[in-house]
Amino acid sequence: NQHLRKIYILQVENVRLVDRSSSRRTQVGTLYLTATHTIFVGKGSEDRSELWVLHSLVCDVLKHKASQNGYPLIIHCKNFQVIQFIIPQESDCHNVYISLTRLSRPEKYEELYCFSFNPNVDKAEREHSWDFLDLKAEYSRMGLPNKLWHVTAINREYRVCDTYPADLFVPKSVTLPVIIGSSKFRSRGRFPTLSYYCKENHATICRSSQPLSGFSARCLEDEQMLQAIMKSNPGSRFMYVVDTRPKLNAMANRAAGKGYENEDNYCNIKFQFIGIENIHVMRNSQQKLIEVSALRSPSMGEFLMGLENSDWLRHIKSIMEAGIFISKAVAEEGVSVLVHCSDGWDRTAQVCSVASVLLDPYYRTLKGLMVLIEKDWVSFGHKFSHRCGHLDGEAKEVSPVIDQFLECVWQLMEQFPCYFEYNEKFLISIHNHVYSCHYGNFICNSQKERKDLCIKEKTHSIWPHLWENKLDFMNPLFKPDQSQNQGLLRPRTAPYCFKYWRRLYNRFDRELHPRQSELDCLMTVKEETQQLEEALALYEQKLAVLDKERAKTLYMQKGVLESKQALWSSPLDTSLANTPQDYIGGFIGGAPNLCLFGDKPKSSDADNSDQESGVADFSSHSSGEESLPSEDSVKDPDSDETGPNRA
Amino acid sequence: MEFAELIKTPRVDGVDLHRPFMPTVEGTLCLTGHHLILSSRQDNTEELWLLHANIDSIEKRFVGSLGTIIVKCKDLRVIQLDIPGMEECLNIASSIEALSTLDSVSLMYPFFYRPLFEVIEDGWQLFVPEEAFKDLESMTDEWRLSEVNKDFSVCPSYPSLLTVPKDIDDESLCKAASFRHGGRFPVLSYYHKKNGMVMMRAAQPLTGTNGRRCKEDEKLINATLCAGKRGYIIDTRTIAVAQQAKARGGGFEQEANYPQWRRIHKAIERSNVLQDSLIKLVEACNDQSHSMDRWLSKLEASNWQSKVKEILTTACLAAQCIDREGASVLVHGTEGTDSTLQVTSLAQIILDPACRTIRGFEVLIEREWLQAGHPFQQRCAQSAYSNGKPRSEAPVFLLFLDCVWQILRQFPCSFQFNENLLIMFFEHAYASQFGTFLGNCVAERVKLQLSQKTVSLWSWVNRPQELERFLNPLYEPNNLVIWPSVAPQSLLLWEGVFLRWNRSTKCLDEACQEMVHIIEYNKELQNKVNSLRRQLAQLETEESPLQTP
Repeated sequence: NQHLRKIYILQVENVRLVDRSSSRRTQVGTLYLTATHTIFVGKGSEDRSELWVLHSLVCDVLKHKASQNGYPLIIHCKNFQVIQFIIPQESDCHNVYISLTRLSRPEKYEELYCFSFNPNVDKAEREHSWDFLDLKAEYSRMGLPNKLWHVTAINREYRVCDTYPADLFVPKSVTLPVIIGSSKFRSRGRFPTLSYYCKENHATICRSSQPLSGFSARCLEDEQMLQAIMKSNPGSRFMYVVDTRPKLNAMANRAAGKGYENEDNYCNIKFQFIGIENIHVMRNSQQKLIEVSALRSPSMGEFLMGLENSDWLRHIKSIMEAGIFISKAVAEEGVSVLVHCSDGWDRTAQVCSVASVLLDPYYRTLKGLMVLIEKDWVSFGHKFSHRCGHLDGEAKEVSPVIDQFLECVWQLMEQFPCYFEYNEKFLISIHNHVYSCHYGNFICNSQKERKDLCIKEKTHSIWPHLWENKLDFMNPLFKPDQSQNQGLLRPRTAPYCFKYWRRLYNRFDRELHPRQSELDCLMTVKEETQQLEEALALYEQKLAVLDKERAKTLYMQKGVLESKQALWSSPLDTSLANTPQDYIGGFIGGAPNLCLFGDKPKSSDADNSDQESGVADFSSHSSGEESLPSEDSVKDPDSDETGPNRA
Repeated sequence: MEFAELIKTPRVDGVDLHRPFMPTVEGTLCLTGHHLILSSRQDNTEELWLLHANIDSIEKRFVGSLGTIIVKCKDLRVIQLDIPGMEECLNIASSIEALSTLDSVSLMYPFFYRPLFEVIEDGWQLFVPEEAFKDLESMTDEWRLSEVNKDFSVCPSYPSLLTVPKDIDDESLCKAASFRHGGRFPVLSYYHKKNGMVMMRAAQPLTGTNGRRCKEDEKLINATLCAGKRGYIIDTRTIAVAQQAKARGGGFEQEANYPQWRRIHKAIERSNVLQDSLIKLVEACNDQSHSMDRWLSKLEASNWQSKVKEILTTACLAAQCIDREGASVLVHGTEGTDSTLQVTSLAQIILDPACRTIRGFEVLIEREWLQAGHPFQQRCAQSAYSNGKPRSEAPVFLLFLDCVWQILRQFPCSFQFNENLLIMFFEHAYASQFGTFLGNCVAERVKLQLSQKTVSLWSWVNRPQELERFLNPLYEPNNLVIWPSVAPQSLLLWEGVFLRWNRSTKCLDEACQEMVHIIEYNKELQNKVNSLRRQLAQLETEESPLQTP
């Protein structure tokens, strides 16, 4: 608190923090605004309960009509957290509103948190953090360069295409004039280039933007480019060109001098439309989904209707189906695919990366998913700043394109529980950091912009940070050896195979999630198993040698183990959230504790318990750094009533 | 009657069997009195044995002389049989129809089934009311076991022994019975050890339009309250429905006559609506159109998930009154044989850790469903593919199992059993070789002499060989009350039942096996480490005297 008092911009006392799920859990405390965070410090409880929210995670601040306790201020965050404060004075509420609105809409990159975030690491370590992922190594893992594909230096200075990375793979057979000619015939110069190479059968996934074909224009170099890509896959006689847009949209683009490939002009291409909607449709769809997820005690009908009306799962299904089409073409037919949409940085990124996850078990590992995002999204110029709304700007540019990719991966994890090394916390953590601006990785719209802004010199990289915490992100059911042979995933696409992602959209609504987690439970067991293995080895060694000295060290080792065992054998989870909801449906004033004939049972008791569980809520949200509310530390007030039985 | 009369063609060769996610099997189709059997000549393909009782409906189609019979089962499976020869096909179809709709209970398979296993523990003795009462007596002396219904004359749907307040004599019970629908006077359903509160169940009171009252009924339920305490009456119907019931002689407890009780109405619909809901849900699950909008709107329109939510909510409310408010509860709807039992049994799963063990759950089904007079035979006569006009069919029990599954999903470490046990109970409630779910009440079962003439499901399940596949590897006994979330976001579609035949379970089975493997390997290591530790300790004590000369 001492520290806070020095640096805050604004301080308001006696602010109420309202828990959306239960009015009982309202807390009173002090609200601070600093340059980077909104901080709420609850008062009264012994261990300080704090809520930290990064300004860069705030997407909306709203004032509501005055209530009896004061003036409500609602903060919607990009990680789907919704925070409601009630501020006693109208003027204070207005000041907070004005300041927070300003602070959460920075105009310059330099205002973003990643430029002031300064963990305790030296310069060398920071620079090293940027070398954690190496795309060159990734291409060589795929088997590139080889005798058919090589890196072209043509875009080293970003002169041919300023939204593409410096290093690009093209067929060896294409000449520089062909590349330049082709780039001139493509929107924003995004000429066809390699995204994924399948070592086993030489089929590739290539990507580009739409051709500037209009109604009849053609470009010899572009045709040669596609021909070269097709021929770089010696086993096949044709290639697919996949336009991920709905046909109508693509046709409309022709009027603007853009459009799609004419099958007659290109040798041996099979052209295919896949109707994924544009960023505006997706933005509206997610907005509706968020509204549904945030409904307070909706009926089942309202929820399902809302889910249907949002169309969200339909869009996820269409992206998945596009990925499946491409992965099957590559793995089963051995045919190369060129994917594009309009500019080739949204739907194209989604579809290429979903196909890659389906095709290659490597992308189902922790490191592999990081590499994939770095390659298909970051390096190929997905416009993170625009799509995530990092800076104050065009609201129409915002769209949950990467959310949809992460969700496709989650849907796959649901269908294939043993084939992914990571768990959903990893995806949620990535989602959080895409929006948080805590690290520099997802700042700007292209590699060039990041270079100009000296991102690597001024900010830190997220990937090593995630890697250090990988124990939290592991899927205990992962079977690596099998997954290697698994190769292509063939997911089902019946509508009921697509589910609502509660862990993401209701991430902060603790009471909606299973009260015991299979995942956490298995992780604990696995961890313990590892320790047992170590102990076993030690004991065996000891027995063999029968060394007096060792007996003593082992004796100590035993102590450690026993304490761990207690953790597993006690119900690690039962104490949490062991609280009834409002089951009355407003029958008695909606109060979660039934109020029997006017007398309030155990009221003091209940109040304490609220605060206690509140503590856990806040401490876990701090600064958006943690991936999920850490529920395990929660000491629930109810546990002492029945007492967890310790074995 | 001889089954042979009904079997027009006992055997057809060259029949193709199509099942989703399985290769087509060609073989010989045989009809017996109780089974449809398809066996192929290859040794390695498994045979299909289908109980006629499991067949919900069939459809016939002909293309030239090739006939096709689509068999739709009560466990929601759909299979297709291609039968060469129009006459054979017609004969088979009409035989199946006749055999699957036998009216007489005593012709059902359980009366013919002879177990191939040794019955170690007779399942008919699983729940003995006298013994359960002994347990209760060790906690409280305020109850007694009444024999007033010994010959089932006071209440035909109740068992012969009932737990009632000690101070209420049999004569009063009879009077209270005459004031309740079907004679179902309030009886003890559950005693909450933690605070001595109780849950009772009954049928609606017969107040009628002129507000009849019954002193004995009032005395009976007041006798369950401690001095100065009050209780809740949970009426599973909305107030409007309860009002309407008055016109038909039913009604609800007037507050003036029951001043110590507070009435809460919930909106659980009557069981006949449920049948329609199941039919729509299963139709949505089988829709092949692959359109997301259609799926979600059909799922919503089926209303099944809403019913899951409503019943869970009511059960949670009952549990909350007992555990949190320290109040006793009386639950009833109209007849007290459907929604009432869903609520009382789910509340017990929430409150009582014993109900979350396999045996405890079996006892719960025996006590709160079978003995409490849920009319299984009527409710489970038809399932989701019935095309006839529903009489009294309704998936009341299936909905209860779905609710249990929801709680199980939210507390995956608190149940000794897994989803398979619930699915198995669903199957056996609809068609079984065991006599457990035959009849509609204890009186009928006694008359049918089920315990002498048929084998109990529990005799089979409780064999160690069978139990194994119903065990939850993550189970850690947990004495807490478990409060599930009833938000729509938290409730899932029970795929294990409703999508069971529409999906391949390879990946999910793999995950289950991996889970078992992880836990078992851990236990194995623990045992090894413990035994080594013991060895070491022994060696240490043997050596230690040497160290101190």
